[in-house]
Amino acid sequence: MLKALLFFSILGFSLSAQAAIKVGLVLDKGGKDDKSFNAAAFRGASEAEKKLGITLKTVESSDDTALEPSLRTFSRKGYDLVIGVGFAQLNPIKKVAAEFPKTHFLLIDSDAGSPNVRSVMFAEHEGSYLVGVIAGMKSQTKTVGFVGGMDIPLIRRFEMGYRKGAESIGGITVVSNYVGSTSDAWRNPTKGKELALAQISKKADVIFAAAGTSGMGVFDAAEEKHVFAIGVDSNQNWVKPGTILTSMLKHGETAVYQAIEDRNANKFTAGLVSMGLSDGGVGYALDEFNKPLLTPAILKKVEEVKKQIVAKQLKVPDYYSIKPPQ
Amino acid sequence: MVELLESSLRLGTPLILAAMGGILCERSGVATICLEGAMLWGAFVAAIVAHYLHSPWSSIVPCLVGGALVLGIHAFATQKAKADHIISGLVVNLLVAGSTPLLCKFLFGSPTNSPNLARADRFHELAIPFLSALPGVGFIFEEMPLTYLALILPFVLHRLLFRSRFGLRITAAGEDPDTLLSCGVKPDRVRWVALCLGGALAALGGAFLSVSHASQFTRDMTSGRGYIALTALIFGNWRPLPTLLSCLLFGFADALQIRLQSAEMIPIQFIQALPYLFTLVVLVGFVGKARPPSAIGRVS
Repeated sequence: MLKALLFFSILGFSLSAQAAIKVGLVLDKGGKDDKSFNAAAFRGASEAEKKLGITLKTVESSDDTALEPSLRTFSRKGYDLVIGVGFAQLNPIKKVAAEFPKTHFLLIDSDAGSPNVRSVMFAEHEGSYLVGVIAGMKSQTKTVGFVGGMDIPLIRRFEMGYRKGAESIGGITVVSNYVGSTSDAWRNPTKGKELALAQISKKADVIFAAAGTSGMGVFDAAEEKHVFAIGVDSNQNWVKPGTILTSMLKHGETAVYQAIEDRNANKFTAGLVSMGLSDGGVGYALDEFNKPLLTPAILKKVEEVKKQIVAKQLKVPDYYSIKPPQ
Repeated sequence: MVELLESSLRLGTPLILAAMGGILCERSGVATICLEGAMLWGAFVAAIVAHYLHSPWSSIVPCLVGGALVLGIHAFATQKAKADHIISGLVVNLLVAGSTPLLCKFLFGSPTNSPNLARADRFHELAIPFLSALPGVGFIFEEMPLTYLALILPFVLHRLLFRSRFGLRITAAGEDPDTLLSCGVKPDRVRWVALCLGGALAALGGAFLSVSHASQFTRDMTSGRGYIALTALIFGNWRPLPTLLSCLLFGFADALQIRLQSAEMIPIQFIQALPYLFTLVVLVGFVGKARPPSAIGRVS
């Protein structure tokens, strides 16, 4: 009996060792140190590497034309799961997924619609609405700002949710700018800073940055001029405690970890997965760094709004319903 | 309006520093499209030194040396190895653009950027007592240290170029190297010095980007500012004072572009293209009058 048990446990062990899958992660231009969206995806994948013992290889693309070859290289080398982060990978993934029908893919922020791709999209407008409410209540000047990275429907979706959230407080003006119209806009902190300074001169005292690494320039400007900034995607409260009011969270790490776990257990499913406020896909960050900045009145109000959105009593306007992503 | 002018100064500063470096190089007779590379290298060196030594001032000397080395490569290629100036410049630019992400990855694990500098590790605005309190123009006296330097430098350079023996030799090396040689001065020696000095200045322009304006090095962070500086110095007819004005004009166009964005009725792509459109108009409309040094780019 004991022998049999031992035998099976050894067998089980060797089986699970064999099952250690290979995962290829392709990040977009922001890179894994953008402290934001790519950083979240990388965090999820690293956690899976530690906990599930998978083999992880990460590639950061220098420009958009490098995405497709990176995805194809992983597929050709027999990686079990290939992950593409960011809307820019939509067409590359569609193409490569068709070439390698047996490989599984995960695409974040866009819907590929291919039979071997799981596409994860987040309800950014819901999370943005919440930080908009916080910004509106915190603002002394009744003016809040938004600095977007690349001018694309995805970032417009953040802006619209944020704008509606802030305006729901009453008497709030929202000023908004975009860093650029190419993917270089994700990594131009000097431009981000200039935009933020221009907004501060227009009396904005809370600025939401949804701009990848360019957002660091927004944080610098807010720090120097003693106003507040709001982080995005990852919890960025720690970057500049006292300046960062909160962060709009988008749990890319959960999506990545989940996909790796599913693939590892052979339970991977393709298709579109939507993650919103109700299932914890988006939210706002509250920790020891920003607790002193958020008054009980603000927290009470934002939790109320959150409940209303989850209960579908409040419908946050979605930019995608005006202009679909592609 | 004051805010707009302040922003023009900030955006103009790296252009001025790089363009002044460029004037030295080009006047000595070397075509220097690798201003871009020298700037990018300066931005990189300054950011990592400030990161490790926790002081922006400590980054100045390594940055100057770094810039001098980068254009030293250009000087070696063009003066010693007699390579074509444009090709050599291109190679230097590519070398810097490729090696900075590589070194970043080696040092910090990510090729896209260096770690954020804390507030104390980067430059602060320095208000000059009394002058900064002046009504109307006070804002000029509340700038980053490198901005003051950029505003003074053109006058120093003007004096150096037109009033000193060294400056006249630089001009002679660019206009008529054979005569200079017949006077017993080797033009290539003069060019070596001019290029190293010019590279150091351009690198300082890069340092302004990474430790003054932004708070980290990001890949390709100069994004063409070296070329814009080159345009500005051509527009300024290879003379320091007109070049100062043209750099400020380019800074102003950029600052205006940022502020016009909020006007919703004009498409954002059009507004963002304005500085480039402006460059084009300037080049087509005014460069007819510009006269480059006669011996520029000549491989002897």
